[in-house]
Amino acid sequence: MADRPIRVLVAKPGLDGHDRGAKVVARALRDAGMEVIYTGIRQTPEMIAEAALQEDVDVVGLSILSGAHRDLFPRIVEQMNKRQLDDVVLVCGGIIPDDDIPTVKAMGFAGVFGPGTSTQTIAAFIRDQVARRRGVHAA
Amino acid sequence: MNPEAVAQLRAGNPRAVARAISAVERGGAEARAVIAAIFRFTGRAHIVGVTGAPGTGKSTLVNEIAKQYRRRGTRVGIVAVDPTSPFSGGALLGDRLRMQDLFGDGGVFIRSMATRGSLGGLAAATSDAVKVLDAAGFEIVLVETVGAGQNEVEIAQNAHTTIVVEAPGMGDDIQAIKAGIMEIADLLIVNKADHDEVSATVAALEMNLNLKPKAENDWRPPVLKTIATTGEGVADVVEWIGKHRAYLEANHLLEARERARFRAELEMVVQRELMVRLLRGVNGTKIETLVEKIATREVDVYQAAQNLIGDM
Repeated sequence: MADRPIRVLVAKPGLDGHDRGAKVVARALRDAGMEVIYTGIRQTPEMIAEAALQEDVDVVGLSILSGAHRDLFPRIVEQMNKRQLDDVVLVCGGIIPDDDIPTVKAMGFAGVFGPGTSTQTIAAFIRDQVARRRGVHAA
Repeated sequence: MNPEAVAQLRAGNPRAVARAISAVERGGAEARAVIAAIFRFTGRAHIVGVTGAPGTGKSTLVNEIAKQYRRRGTRVGIVAVDPTSPFSGGALLGDRLRMQDLFGDGGVFIRSMATRGSLGGLAAATSDAVKVLDAAGFEIVLVETVGAGQNEVEIAQNAHTTIVVEAPGMGDDIQAIKAGIMEIADLLIVNKADHDEVSATVAALEMNLNLKPKAENDWRPPVLKTIATTGEGVADVVEWIGKHRAYLEANHLLEARERARFRAELEMVVQRELMVRLLRGVNGTKIETLVEKIATREVDVYQAAQNLIGDM
């Protein structure tokens, strides 16, 4: 099976409208050779999971600045699982307080990237995670 | 593809549809297996191509057209194509952003596709993705091309009805009489009809259409005005798609278009396969050596090509 480009959904759940960070990351992942489906702001958990399903993505990247991650992230994970998307790599960024990082990781997020993270770090992390999961599927 | 997966796909199960499209995108044996399993269930959908320059409002229009069909209870599949970077191989697929109204409706399936190196406005696997949606029971399949220039006309061969979207102020009447994209339109839409210069754009397009010698029974593309952001004029577009379909049926043109499409697809698949076989038999160093010889003017490109093909 030929390796396809990594497909990533980039979305902003909740109500904050600041999408500069999400756009910067989307652009950087494009430059790292990935296919980025950008759905923008004000996405509900259901919208994110539905797009991830139809687009058959390897990764979902969420950007959130509002502080609503504790409420929204579990609902997104629940909607993903409901659609049997538990093999999709979840990453997030934005404003996630340090104290919350263990909780977010326990929800199933493989990577949490705060302000100042280099986009290369994010791309390398995603590539590594996807390679591992694809390896598992090939075995 | 196992029978269970085929049954799920035919029932419109979104996961089965999504996976099948990924498989046809990957190409090779996997793609061939999917098409072999579903091809006999295709041929029911009406395929509508939507093309036009970047920023004319194609995605927003597709969103509105889909909403119109949903009101009539018609199931709609959408394939939205955006370009792959020639440098990184990555892509930013942003058409879905304009189609958020369609969320939560099981009667709609949207898939974004990167061109992955294809020119012509579509991806190599677009026609196969359309077949998947067709087999999955979507009655209308809307195919949105990349933002097209003047020459991305491949969509005409892949669609039953081709819509070319223009916006006011994109050029004078000389642009309207140039060959290429204007000629493939079955429907011409001037979107953003609330902007200035809309009547000039409509007049230029009408003039061009009037210059064409009209044979009996020829289809004369309508020039329609829309404001996709409000949905104004879009019901009319859907009416005209229906009229065009009826025209094709009445004149037995569906069959002719289908045969033309399959001939083009067959040629493309043969070309691709021959290329793969040719390059499999040639080692990379040989190509590099030939490139070097061309650069030093020792041989020209035609001689080098003969040399490569001779190795087959």
